[in-house]
Amino acid sequence: MMTKFPSSASPSSTPKTRKWLRFALALLALCTALAALVAWLNVRGEADIHNSANAPFTATPQQIALGAYLARAGNCAACHTARGGADYAGGLGIATPFGTVYSSNLTPDAQTGLGQWTPAAFWRAMHHGRSADGRLLVPAFPYTSYTQVSRADSDALFAYLRSIPAVVQTNQPHALAFPYSSQAALAVWRALFFRAAEFVPEPAQSAQWNRGAYLVRGLGHCAACHAKRNVLGASSGAQALQGGVIPMQQWYAPSLASAREASVADWDVQEVVALLKSGKSTHASAIGPMAEVVYRSTQYLSDADLQAMAVFLKHLPQQPQTPRTAKAPEASQFNTGQKIYGQQCSQCHGEQGEGARGAYPALAGNRVVTMDSPANLVQIVLHGGFTPATADNPRPYGMPPFQQTLDGTQIAAVLSYIRHAWGHAASPVSALEVLQNQ
Amino acid sequence: MKPLTLPRTFFKLALLLAFTALGVPLLAAPRTVPDTIAQRVVACTVCHGEEGRATNAGYFPRIAGKPAGYLYNQLRNFRDGRRTNAAMTHLVDHLSDAYLREMADYFASQDLPYPPPQTANAPAAVLQQAQTLVLQGDAQRNIPACTQCHGNAMTGQLPAYPGLLGLPRDYVVGQLGAWQTGKRHAAAPDCMGQIAKRLTADEISAMATWLSSQPLPAQTHAVAAGTTPPPMDCGSGPR
Repeated sequence: MMTKFPSSASPSSTPKTRKWLRFALALLALCTALAALVAWLNVRGEADIHNSANAPFTATPQQIALGAYLARAGNCAACHTARGGADYAGGLGIATPFGTVYSSNLTPDAQTGLGQWTPAAFWRAMHHGRSADGRLLVPAFPYTSYTQVSRADSDALFAYLRSIPAVVQTNQPHALAFPYSSQAALAVWRALFFRAAEFVPEPAQSAQWNRGAYLVRGLGHCAACHAKRNVLGASSGAQALQGGVIPMQQWYAPSLASAREASVADWDVQEVVALLKSGKSTHASAIGPMAEVVYRSTQYLSDADLQAMAVFLKHLPQQPQTPRTAKAPEASQFNTGQKIYGQQCSQCHGEQGEGARGAYPALAGNRVVTMDSPANLVQIVLHGGFTPATADNPRPYGMPPFQQTLDGTQIAAVLSYIRHAWGHAASPVSALEVLQNQ
Repeated sequence: MKPLTLPRTFFKLALLLAFTALGVPLLAAPRTVPDTIAQRVVACTVCHGEEGRATNAGYFPRIAGKPAGYLYNQLRNFRDGRRTNAAMTHLVDHLSDAYLREMADYFASQDLPYPPPQTANAPAAVLQQAQTLVLQGDAQRNIPACTQCHGNAMTGQLPAYPGLLGLPRDYVVGQLGAWQTGKRHAAAPDCMGQIAKRLTADEISAMATWLSSQPLPAQTHAVAAGTTPPPMDCGSGPR
């Protein structure tokens, strides 16, 4: 007998199956289209870097000097120099919510550094976030900000990095969890959250404002800390600089657009310049992550550039101030806090929170004390610290770390006290909040 | 007009007295604190004790009177990652060499009495084992005597070898252990790292017990540089 082959009316091609097949094909087409869109968004606007591959690299002394200055403005060394390591040789582990990212070797070593890179490849990394070998770079390298840097400044930075001593140090691979470790995930992230965009001056604003905007949004990458991040680590509202929690550090980078936090709209330009140059001004001082920014970066910037940044920051659109309703601390917590304040704090900060001129900040009327998030207060009390030793303030006064002396309940009490004393009306702090911010 | 001025002054004075008596602050103007290095390093004294004299009850080492070169090296080691202590690193992170040197000089210049030794009634066998190592070393295992660098009385040797007496036992164990496991480094060549790796855990424990049992000699200062020839080439020693 002959084998009976399935006829056209066999179960595999019923109308129902054909419907599924059509659906699957449509899904496949959609996925392909999305993948193509992601791929296109990831290469859009990129110039071919191989055109200039054989051109000999030359740099003028002016370019190198400018590049050295811009490397300060971008604080490249903060990540690309490991503690105690060779300058710009990378290897610093940077903890992120997705795993640890290791900075790369920027010295001119041919095998392990940028020795075989070209200005075009460097520009592509800065502007498009793609490495010379074509890999997509992780956005811990803040190319979401550096994309605003001009080609001329990028070339100067490259010229400087090619002029520093070469260090043989092989890059350490990132230790990221899957899927964040994959190039495909990075491509999707970039398609969602990154567009290469050169800085475009706003003609309605002054040249000074535009210079400030260029520095703050570009090399300064202020948004890396002073803007909120979403669950995938992308800054939202980067231009607004409305504050955000610094990932993995438990510090809160206050809003630069809120009168309750760190807005400088009411400050003199020179006060802002003083803070960025010396680490302290009559209104505020830099401690924690901002101390590092002043120590390694802004103290080296010219007065003209600092003034430009100040002018830009002064004119940031301000957040509306909604009325706050904060409950008062329990009397027992307030009294405990007052007692601790008298024992541990008042010698330096004064019975009335008035501070000491040039040495210890006033706490009365201090926005760090009264802003909604108590995160920075907890960090300062636990770990103490010095404002940075700068040319204008080479011998700063210090605050002791109290993590050995005070427990969470005591820290909560003293913080609740200073947030309610002297006319303040900020919410009390609980021992749990102290623990959460450790 | 003179007759009117006087009552006004009296009125102001009375008002001032009334406010003062009530404890109401008239003006909370910023105060002035001494413009001194002692005031600047108050941050250090919460753990290391007033003037750096640390009680020997806990873990924190005394820093008062240690050689300035030693203290300066340690401050830089914390800043530059050769020593790991999160609290110390955080404090010195953004401070310059010049300022760290000034802090080191300040604490080195503090000449204060030492408290009595921390450890008492240690077993004689342990003390004997340690004393041999401390005073004679072990030539077979290439372990020099502590006294060869740290001074005959172990009060330190200038410019950068610290005194070993008057320290908490746990601190000494912690440091030798950190050297052994590579958590603490000195400037290369790191001879303390090499020596610690030749010691057993028992020996480290015994030496810490012995060192923390010894009273300070009458003369507590570090001896002059070059008092004893160094047995090894040390990054922190004369180069």
